[in-house]
Amino acid sequence: MSTPHSDQPAHVKHYFVSSEQQFDAAKMGMWLFLVTEILLFSGMFVAYTIYRSWHPETWAALSTALDWKLGGLNTIVLLGSSFTVALGIHHIQKGNKKGLIINLILTFLFAGVFLVVKYFEYSAKIEHGLLPGAAFDPHGISYGFDYATYNVPYGPQFFSIYFVMTGIHGFHVLVGMGLFAWITRKAIRGDFSAEYYTPVENCGLYWHLVDIIWIFLFPLLYLI
Amino acid sequence: MSHSANGMVNYLNHDKGIKSWLFTLDHKRIGIMYLVAVSLAFLAGGILALLVRIELLAPGETIMSADAYNQSFTLHAVLMIFAFIIPAIPAVMGNFALPIQLGAKDVAFPRLNLASFYIYLIGAAIAMSALIVGRIDGGWTFYTPYSTSIGDGILFVTAGVFVMGFSSILTGLNFIVTVHKMRAPGLTWNRLPLFIWSIYATSIVQVLATPVIGITVLLLFLEKAFQIGIFDPALGGDPVLFQHFFWFYSHPAVYIMILPAFGVVSDLMGTFSRHQVSGYKFVALSSVAIAFLGFLVWGHHMFVSGQSAVSSVVFSLITYLIGIPTGVKVINWVQTMYKGSVQFKSPMLYAIMFLFTFSIGGFTGIMLGVLAIDIHLHDTYFVVAHFHYVMMGGNVIAALGGLHYWWPKMTGKLYNETQAKIAAFLVFFGFNLTFFPQFIMGAQGMPRRYYDYLPQYEGYHQLSTYGSWVLGVGLFLIAYYLLVSVFKGKKAGLNPWGALTLEWTHTTTPPDHHNFLETPVVTRGAYDFHLARHLFEHGGEVTELEGMGDGASTLPETPATEDATV
Repeated sequence: MSTPHSDQPAHVKHYFVSSEQQFDAAKMGMWLFLVTEILLFSGMFVAYTIYRSWHPETWAALSTALDWKLGGLNTIVLLGSSFTVALGIHHIQKGNKKGLIINLILTFLFAGVFLVVKYFEYSAKIEHGLLPGAAFDPHGISYGFDYATYNVPYGPQFFSIYFVMTGIHGFHVLVGMGLFAWITRKAIRGDFSAEYYTPVENCGLYWHLVDIIWIFLFPLLYLI
Repeated sequence: MSHSANGMVNYLNHDKGIKSWLFTLDHKRIGIMYLVAVSLAFLAGGILALLVRIELLAPGETIMSADAYNQSFTLHAVLMIFAFIIPAIPAVMGNFALPIQLGAKDVAFPRLNLASFYIYLIGAAIAMSALIVGRIDGGWTFYTPYSTSIGDGILFVTAGVFVMGFSSILTGLNFIVTVHKMRAPGLTWNRLPLFIWSIYATSIVQVLATPVIGITVLLLFLEKAFQIGIFDPALGGDPVLFQHFFWFYSHPAVYIMILPAFGVVSDLMGTFSRHQVSGYKFVALSSVAIAFLGFLVWGHHMFVSGQSAVSSVVFSLITYLIGIPTGVKVINWVQTMYKGSVQFKSPMLYAIMFLFTFSIGGFTGIMLGVLAIDIHLHDTYFVVAHFHYVMMGGNVIAALGGLHYWWPKMTGKLYNETQAKIAAFLVFFGFNLTFFPQFIMGAQGMPRRYYDYLPQYEGYHQLSTYGSWVLGVGLFLIAYYLLVSVFKGKKAGLNPWGALTLEWTHTTTPPDHHNFLETPVVTRGAYDFHLARHLFEHGGEVTELEGMGDGASTLPETPATEDATV
């Protein structure tokens, strides 16, 4: 039995008519997946909005418990990583495989830095009992500040929402690191070219979404 | 290797061994695997339902304790909804027929398709394991704070629902891209079979609504595991927020369940009435309208949950609006039959049955959308009866029709038509006997989910239980003759129904591994039966079934031999 489309480039699956059809399908699939991601987060944003509108004083008081400097640093780190992944796609479109590999590795490292910073933030919260729900028990003094003053009504809800939202976002960053490790390996193996870079494009789209969700999380949780 | 000479090599036998099934990327085989899996889920859920009905045969304890009863109806609901109804038509018949109806070789993402099957299996297994952990309770709605106050079984059920949701999302995503990007040359949107239109609308709902149940059950899981206090009022949370989240998915989800049924019925109506489906564009776009409106009515589940009166009025009004596109469909189906020459084959019997049962379910749904009436009927058997008339009388009846319709194409075998007609009658009679008395006792005040009841309801409960036995016999008869047909059935022709969609006109029976030997070029609509004489005049084999009526019984050779120049 002969392969039906032997005149097509090797990366085109047999059930697609052309490389363009395959690329369009993959990209559309990715966009639809991003829609589901936005809806997944939308539930948490709704919960945030409702509890914030009911207890604005709690939100105003407890947002100061989050370290805006570390959050701001992470924002810069993620924006940087979005830039490098876009640069990588730009390079491979021009056929520059080395540029792609360098930028993918940089993106991977930026994502790692984000998680390290997040780790330090979480540790500080856990140390002072700024925890979700029933575990909420602010205590301890650091730099002359008494954490017990954070013990306000509906404080547990604030930290529930903080940990759930940033936790699920952090999980997405972790998945992103896995994806970048995978496509970096493929890039080093020489799988991508100016004609075929669909996985890079799609991982880039995913990464921009992870980035943009953080762009919303940062001001909503840390700044206001 | 020549496929076309005798049609002996097909997707079922081109490759052998269990591995060739478990690792297959072929949408047709994945569809068959889904068929086996959802049938088992249906069997398990059905046995639980029969047990629940036997328990309700008489007041007081009949065969099981109150605790076992609560677990039974809860697991019945979870299995039937998440493991059976949601994947039944899209994942079985959609997987099997959608790519072929589109003239495509496969779905856009075959590996994702296989992955979604295994994700479904894992999710179903996690949900089932709740049985072993024990004590799941409170029905499929998991209302807080009750659901977080009971045992750990709920952790497994919510995790199972979360995982199965991913399967549903991935299937929907795959179908949307496939419909957009993989249509054969000439297959414009206005020529798509209505089955495709409705699966497309379903997929949109799956993609947009399912992530919300994902985050909801995740929050519920965290609530139970870590007391995060989002939904639990004892910790400052809001239980009504849970209901909003839950119904924001679960109301659209009932359209995930019913829209594919509309598609199947549309195809059956056209094919067995030998007539263009009336108001094709209206039927097609009403699916999309229902998908859209379905997102705006979730609050009608919460009329007595303390939402504001204004919200209730708005939700009630939008609920009435859904009756319009639904009515458009029902009227057009009836019109199709009125103008056509109807053949009462077993698939068509289910389509006609659907008109009765679904219409009753739909009308009672509008009644429940009326604020004042809902206050009276809320949480009674009236709601149970309405729900089952829509879900079982809608989705399951249509799924049975679709199964009987595509069975010859899936297996290459014909089932016993006489037995099929007997079974169809038993299902129809048993179904109505089971659920119609529930409308009456519900209107008289019998609350849903109760283990025990007052003696005045005993007669209705007995009728309902006897009906469930008739229904059970009918369903087991179907399982029996379908299984027999696989081994002993007569060989099916290319197009036993004289249908005009591509899976019947352009493939062998069963289809080739790659679906088509040549990519079909579509030059007509899916129901252009006025062209049937012209389409089928090339001769070829004559089907064994008699009574096709309008000359459509003659069938073309495989298109490859007919149209070698393409």
